[in-house]
Amino acid sequence: MSDLPRPATIARRPATNRSYRDELSASTARSRSRRHAVSHLMIGLTYLAALIAILPLILIVWHLVRQGASSVSWTFFTRMPAPAGETGGGMANAIVGTGILVVMASLVGLPIGIGAGLYLAEQRTAPLATLVRFLSDVLNGLPSIVLGIFAWQMLVRPFKHFSALAGGLALGAMMIPLVTRATEEMIRLVPIALREAALALGYSRWRTSLGVVLRTALPGIVTGALVAVARVAGETAPLIFTAFGNQFWSVSPTQPVAALPMQIYSYAIAPYDDWHTQAWAGALVLLGLVFVISLAARFATRSRFGLGGD
Amino acid sequence: MMVVDDTRDTMPALAADVREPCIAAESLDAYFGASRVVRDVSFGVQTGQVTAIIGPSGCGKSTLLRCLNRMHETIPGARVEGEVRFDGRDIYAPAVSAIGVRRHIGMVFQRPTPFPTMSIRDNVAAGLKTVARRDRPSRRETDDLVERALKRAALWEEVKDRLSTSAVALSGGQQQRLCIARALATSPRVLLLDEPTASLDPLSTQRVEELVYELRSQVTIIIVTHNMQQAARISDRTAFMLAGELIEYAPTNAIFTAPKDPRTEAYITGRFG
Repeated sequence: MSDLPRPATIARRPATNRSYRDELSASTARSRSRRHAVSHLMIGLTYLAALIAILPLILIVWHLVRQGASSVSWTFFTRMPAPAGETGGGMANAIVGTGILVVMASLVGLPIGIGAGLYLAEQRTAPLATLVRFLSDVLNGLPSIVLGIFAWQMLVRPFKHFSALAGGLALGAMMIPLVTRATEEMIRLVPIALREAALALGYSRWRTSLGVVLRTALPGIVTGALVAVARVAGETAPLIFTAFGNQFWSVSPTQPVAALPMQIYSYAIAPYDDWHTQAWAGALVLLGLVFVISLAARFATRSRFGLGGD
Repeated sequence: MMVVDDTRDTMPALAADVREPCIAAESLDAYFGASRVVRDVSFGVQTGQVTAIIGPSGCGKSTLLRCLNRMHETIPGARVEGEVRFDGRDIYAPAVSAIGVRRHIGMVFQRPTPFPTMSIRDNVAAGLKTVARRDRPSRRETDDLVERALKRAALWEEVKDRLSTSAVALSGGQQQRLCIARALATSPRVLLLDEPTASLDPLSTQRVEELVYELRSQVTIIIVTHNMQQAARISDRTAFMLAGELIEYAPTNAIFTAPKDPRTEAYITGRFG
C-alpha cells in the first residue's frame, strides 16, 4: 500500500508541471494589467509624498522672495539699520555678527565634535563611549532655549553683560553633538581592512586613526560639519540670552552682537511696515546663506578621492 | 602571563634542517576571548623559502599568520601565548614594539586595501613614512624606492604614467599587486600573504602567483591559501592545519605525494574541507 502513491506521484509530475505553467501564463495574462495599474498607482503615490515633503520649502522660498526680494539690495548688505521712522538702511551688522558667531561656534564645536566622534568610533564598546554617545544624543534633543539659559547662567551672569563670546559658545555647544555623531557615523563607514592595512605597514595607532581612517572619512565629516554650521546659523533661542543683539556696529567678542535670526525677530514684531519688509529680506538672506553652506557640503562630498566620491 | 618551556624537544621538522629558521613559532596559542583558535603550534620557516599554510575554513590558518606579525592582538579580546622567534628574538618579548615588528614583516590581505585618499605613488610610499623623521628618505629617494617596489611587484609598466592618480581606479588584480608593492617598499624580511588571490580572477591570480615565485629569492614568504593547487604550485614547504592544530609540516612535494598523517591525506584527496 505504501508503495502505491509514489509511482503515481512520479507519473503525474510532468502533467502537474505543465498545468502549473499553463496556470502561470494564464494568471500572468489576467493580472498583468492589474499589476501594472497597482505599480503605477504606487509610483504615483511616492511622487505625491515627495512633492508634499518639499512643498513647505517651495512655499517658504516663494513667500520670502515675493515679500523680501525687493529689499535685498547692495545697501542691505553694506548699510547699518536705519533709525525708526526712516526708510532704507540694511543689516550689515547682523550679517557680520552671524558670521562672527558661526566662526566662534565652529572653533569650539568642530575640534571637540570631531575628536569626540573619533573617540566613539575607535572605542566603540568602552563604557565611557557608551555614556558619551548617550549623553550626546540627549544633548542633541535638548531644546535650544535650555542651552541658551545654561549659557546665560555660565557665561553672561558672572560677567554681568551679554557678549558675542557667550553666544558663540552656546552655538558651539549645540554643534558638538551634531558633529560628534556625524563624525562617528562617517568613520564607521571606513572598512576595518583599511585600518588593518595601515597597522600592518607599521603605522602607530594614532597615525592610523588620523592619517588613514580620518582622512578617508573626511569628505563625509566635512559634510556633517557644514550641516551643523547651517543648522546653528539659523538658531535664535540660544542667542536671546547670550549675544542679545545690537543695533550698532560691533565686532568685539566681549560686547553684545547682532545676528540675523534675532534681527529678523525684532523687526518682524516691530510696528513699522518698512521693518517688516526688512525682516523678510533678512529671512531671505539667511535662507540663502544656509543654502550656500548646504551646497558646499554637497560638493565636499563629491571629492575625487575618498569614500564619499561616486 | 607567557609560559615558555625551554627544555621542550625541538620539532622534528626543525631538526631536519640545520640552518637557523628566519621566523619560527614555538608552542603558539592564539585566543579570541575564551576560544582557542590556534593550539600549540610550532614550526620554523627558512630564509628565502615559500611556505604555504593550507586547511579548511576556520582552522586557524589566518589567525596563525596574523600572530607572526602581531596583527592578531589588534582585534579586541584577542591574545597570544607562546613565542614567535624572528632572527632569534621573541617578537612578543616586552621590550619589542609591535610597530617595529610589522615594519620588518609585511602583510597583504585577502581583499586589496589601497588607501582611497592617496595616489598610486603615495600608496606605495605610505610605509616609508613610518620611520623617524631623520631616517626618512628624501622625495627623490622615495621616488626611486616607489619605482623599485612597483617593478618588484610587476606593476611598474602598467602605472608608470599615472602615478599621481587615485589608486582605487586600478583593477582588483592591479590593486592587489599595488598592496604587494606597498608591503615591499619598506624592504621587509618576511612577507605574509593572507589568501592574496581569493578575490581575484584567474588571470590576476596567475600574475600574483608568478610574482610570489619571482620574489622567493628576495624575501621569505608565508602564504595562507584554501587553494591546494596553488600551494602545490608555488610553495617549497606546506603546513596543514586542522581545528587550530598544525597536523603536518613538510616539503610540499612530500605533503602532496606521501602525507604521513591520515587527516592530511583525507584533506588533500578531497574527502573533506
